[in-house]
Amino acid sequence: MLGSNGAGKTTTIKMLTTLLPPSSGEARVAGFSITTQPVDVRRAIGYVPQAISVDGSLTGYENLLFFAKLYDLPAHERQARIRAALEFMGLTAYGGRLVGEYSGGMVRRLEIAQSTLHRPRVLFLDEPTVGLDPIARDAVWKHLIDLRANYGTTLFFTTHYLEEAESHCDRLAIMHLGKIAALGTSEELKATLGGESSTLSEVFTHYAGGAADSGGTFRDVSVDRATAKRLG
Amino acid sequence: MPMTTTFMRPFTGFIVKTLVITEFELRKLRHDFTELITRAFQPALWLLIFGQVFARSGAMHTGSTPYLDFIAPGILAQSVLFVAIFYGINIIWERDLGIVQRLLASPTPRAALVLGKGLSAGVRTLSQAAIVYGLSLLLGVRLDGRPLAVLNVLVIVILTATLFATFSLVIACIVKTRERFMGVGQVLTMPLFFASNAIYPTAIMPGWLKTISHLNPLTYVVDALRTCMLAGSTSTFGLGHDYAVLLITTTILVLIGARLYPHLAS
Repeated sequence: MLGSNGAGKTTTIKMLTTLLPPSSGEARVAGFSITTQPVDVRRAIGYVPQAISVDGSLTGYENLLFFAKLYDLPAHERQARIRAALEFMGLTAYGGRLVGEYSGGMVRRLEIAQSTLHRPRVLFLDEPTVGLDPIARDAVWKHLIDLRANYGTTLFFTTHYLEEAESHCDRLAIMHLGKIAALGTSEELKATLGGESSTLSEVFTHYAGGAADSGGTFRDVSVDRATAKRLG
Repeated sequence: MPMTTTFMRPFTGFIVKTLVITEFELRKLRHDFTELITRAFQPALWLLIFGQVFARSGAMHTGSTPYLDFIAPGILAQSVLFVAIFYGINIIWERDLGIVQRLLASPTPRAALVLGKGLSAGVRTLSQAAIVYGLSLLLGVRLDGRPLAVLNVLVIVILTATLFATFSLVIACIVKTRERFMGVGQVLTMPLFFASNAIYPTAIMPGWLKTISHLNPLTYVVDALRTCMLAGSTSTFGLGHDYAVLLITTTILVLIGARLYPHLAS
């Protein structure tokens, strides 16, 4: 999902993850209604918010154990799953370290490990690569692609990086002023502008509108920047 | 039998999740326990300086109980209150990161998120009991050393901290920012402390203050602690009554907290 700051991407994710009640309408996630079956939705999804959501005052292992217990993973499976998750995200050597000492890329990978321990059917990621350098970004994406291939997890993510959207998405949505302005594969979206030669950047500018109303609220921007600073 | 298990499952689930939240809050303490040490100073100052000076002045009429004996349980109650009332700042911190949002997107019952945090504050403040007991021994306070009495004190301390930490959480859910929270916290602590029987008996209070003190849960905390901590002391309201006030108030606050907690996600 693409869109300028303040277009409503995070709000949409918050509604789909049952954190915010929709003002009207209805949506289904993994077959469950977000308004009448919120607990079923929560069981079926994983969520990595934009801001840092692992606890810096616990170790990586403890962060994972915490969620294993919250999601009722059977006691005899916990250790094996945690070990596999650390391994999968390339964090095995750092499991016993306090997360406060992790690098930004490691924090993101731990967050992804934490929110996929219970093998969710849909994983929501709000700007998963914000504030990361290109190498850390590639590492995060490599793990996300593996995750999709191995467990069939649907990835639903927002981003400002058009090349990420273009190379990893089966479908793209461009939001503008709280509405979906365009939806389809990147080829379909380019075709709407009439011609093979259009780039995704042109498509984005066309649908996401001018720069005057972009930028988001003060709180959005301060959260963005704080996150970027902590990860970077 | 399947009927009963289905009926019980939400309840056992709630208890288990509450304990999970508490467990991991306490694990954090294992990695950094400096706060346990810094928190020891305030009760020490109150007992060693305020307590000793007022005991010598003889200004407080506490009947047959020496003044230091009288305020030792009061200072324990006060130090538990002061630690617990600022506990909500953690929630605001966890909201500014994404931790609260992440927990709310998990299937954990909201009431368990609230009570788990409150209970961990309860266990954390046990160190205050150890400090006040230690100082009281040094100052010659006549403590009741029977195991049941000490156990009662520990349970009351946990319950008190849970109550005020949950109250603090409710405030945090309403004000949402650190600046406003610190302001409200400062405004609340002193009135709760002064409108109680912690450092003077309610008998010497003016009528209006006495009425307020009877609505203040801290008054019942102090009464219960005084009853259990001191040798040969009797309760003003009855220990059962004190416990009932604390349990009912905590339950109500947890229910309010569970309703307000999801607002932190926005």
